[in-house]
Amino acid sequence: MTAASPVTEPAQGTAILPGQGGWTGSLSDRFWRNPKLLLILMLTPPVLWLGIIYLGSLFALLAQSFFSIDEFSGMVQYELTLKTYGELFRPANLDIIIRTVSMAAIVTVAAACVAFPIAYFAARYARGKWKALFYIGVMLPLWSSYLVKVYAWKLILAKEGILTWIFAKLHLTWLLEAWLAIPIIGGYSLSVSYTGTFLVFLYVWLPFMVLPVQAALERVPGSYIEASGDLGATPGQTFRHVIFPLALPGIVAGSIFTFSLTLGDYIIPQIVGSSRLFIGQAVYAQQGTAGNIPLAAAFTVVPIVIMGFYLWGAKRMGAFDAI
Amino acid sequence: MTTAVSFSRVSRHFGAVRAVDDVDLSIAEGEFFAMLGPSGSGKTTCLRLIAGFEQPTSGHIEIFGTKVENVPPYRRNVNTVFQDYALFPHMNIIDNVAYGLMIHGMGKAERHKAANEALELVALPGYGDRRPGQLSGGQRQRVALARALVNKPRVLLLDEPLGALDLKLREQMQDELKTLQRKLGITFVFVTHDQGEALSMADRVAVFNDGKIQQIGSPQDIYQRPQSRFVADFVGSSNVLEPDFVKQLTGKAAYASLRPEAIRFVQSDGHAATVTGSSYLGGTTRVGLALGDMRINALIAADQVVPQNGAAVQISWQESELHLMEDAQ
Repeated sequence: MTAASPVTEPAQGTAILPGQGGWTGSLSDRFWRNPKLLLILMLTPPVLWLGIIYLGSLFALLAQSFFSIDEFSGMVQYELTLKTYGELFRPANLDIIIRTVSMAAIVTVAAACVAFPIAYFAARYARGKWKALFYIGVMLPLWSSYLVKVYAWKLILAKEGILTWIFAKLHLTWLLEAWLAIPIIGGYSLSVSYTGTFLVFLYVWLPFMVLPVQAALERVPGSYIEASGDLGATPGQTFRHVIFPLALPGIVAGSIFTFSLTLGDYIIPQIVGSSRLFIGQAVYAQQGTAGNIPLAAAFTVVPIVIMGFYLWGAKRMGAFDAI
Repeated sequence: MTTAVSFSRVSRHFGAVRAVDDVDLSIAEGEFFAMLGPSGSGKTTCLRLIAGFEQPTSGHIEIFGTKVENVPPYRRNVNTVFQDYALFPHMNIIDNVAYGLMIHGMGKAERHKAANEALELVALPGYGDRRPGQLSGGQRQRVALARALVNKPRVLLLDEPLGALDLKLREQMQDELKTLQRKLGITFVFVTHDQGEALSMADRVAVFNDGKIQQIGSPQDIYQRPQSRFVADFVGSSNVLEPDFVKQLTGKAAYASLRPEAIRFVQSDGHAATVTGSSYLGGTTRVGLALGDMRINALIAADQVVPQNGAAVQISWQESELHLMEDAQ
């Protein structure tokens, strides 16, 4: 036999190693013996933040909505009343709500339609380099300032902008003009029409739809799709009965982003679009220049209530069954 | 007898990899056919070619006499039991089983009735309301089987369906699958890397290696008369004797296989060998032997005395047990 190598030598030394010593060593031992202690230490700061600073200020805001404003003095009257909520149903305010909710709904549906094929490609086909390219492509717009993007779009959509120029080069100016001639969604140019507002919303919120849908599709094994085809389903039937239901939690998660972000945004409709108000702008105007905090708070409640109904409906439809 | 599936010179290449390389194959109707081989041997790709998930790079596949090039999976009356079962997590068991019938437009009451019958067939009555996640591995396997069988396929493909089950359950399912196949008379094509499974269940076995079929035959053929060193080694770990040694015995310089259980320990007139080790296997003991330069194994019954490690022994076997192999590798 040759001399034993260090690995094959019989094990020697103590069976129990000494503690590491110092306060970090004793802390490690204590956390190991009492894992709940570590959990409490880790959870306390975020729970305090979420509970007191975040939810607390939200409830303080909501409480404001049950006060009202004295029309003569402009002072807030600290008496509980539903009068402010009644004001939401005045035609001018109701218009704002309907306009915002319709825009949010259309943006959400369009984002889902545009995002799905992108997410499907990324989840099922892209590998390695292409997957990295996908992530960069989707995330890149998020790296630049939101304001810069919105102003860039204002230029793109302007009457003298590149879009008008492209339509002219393609001899499709008539199409653009026909579109702008449509009432409500049309206007003098794209940058002052609801169509423009819609395009910018769609662009800005699209990553928030793509990523959750891609994550949901990523968890659908290829064997489900093969099994469906094996059992006689055409690709269309497989989409309807297997892929779409399994992607639905992702679509719902994405739509929560696109829908609520559109409901609350006050910059985009101010820069691109007609001068008519959206909820976010109304809140901004009421709490600022108008000084009507109760009405601003009441406007804020609208998206919360709508999102509540939306989630309830999604749950009823079984959107979260596959989670 | 009708041919259920036939391959003529079928190849499937993935880039430079020849997953299936020039395979000829014919599976009869009502047969329980096993494709046996190590991982990466091309057996699963062959199964996927029958199912339609893969298209051959060259060659022709026929299912019941119809060429199936460019026929998508959903137009083939062939169903698959997947290795991971692939039960749909958003549907309960009854809807999973009834999926194929639903796709083909059968009414709800009718398809649920058929699905319940299929669940009874696999001994899972009353499980319809549960979700796949609430079932054990063995139960999910049965549901996958019921989901395939309810469509009354002409050929049922099984991709290592017992791989994820523990030993006891696996043996039980082997018996049940075999009984079920006899009862229904459906052609079963079964992919496995477990030679015991292939031998115990199949009417015929094809042994795959490197994308090629090494040997097709009955389990007895494959086990007792392996035609190549690979088959001898892979199916039941036969001893492979070197040509030099075989020449002294038979006059022919060829590799020969010798089953471990054919080796007997004798007092005299045997071949001299040295014991290199032994492992207790329960019913038998495997004894490692050095026979000249060769390392071979012998299996002896539990009631026999196990020779000491390092002991010089004499071994012998019936001449008919020595099986010359064709390949000269």
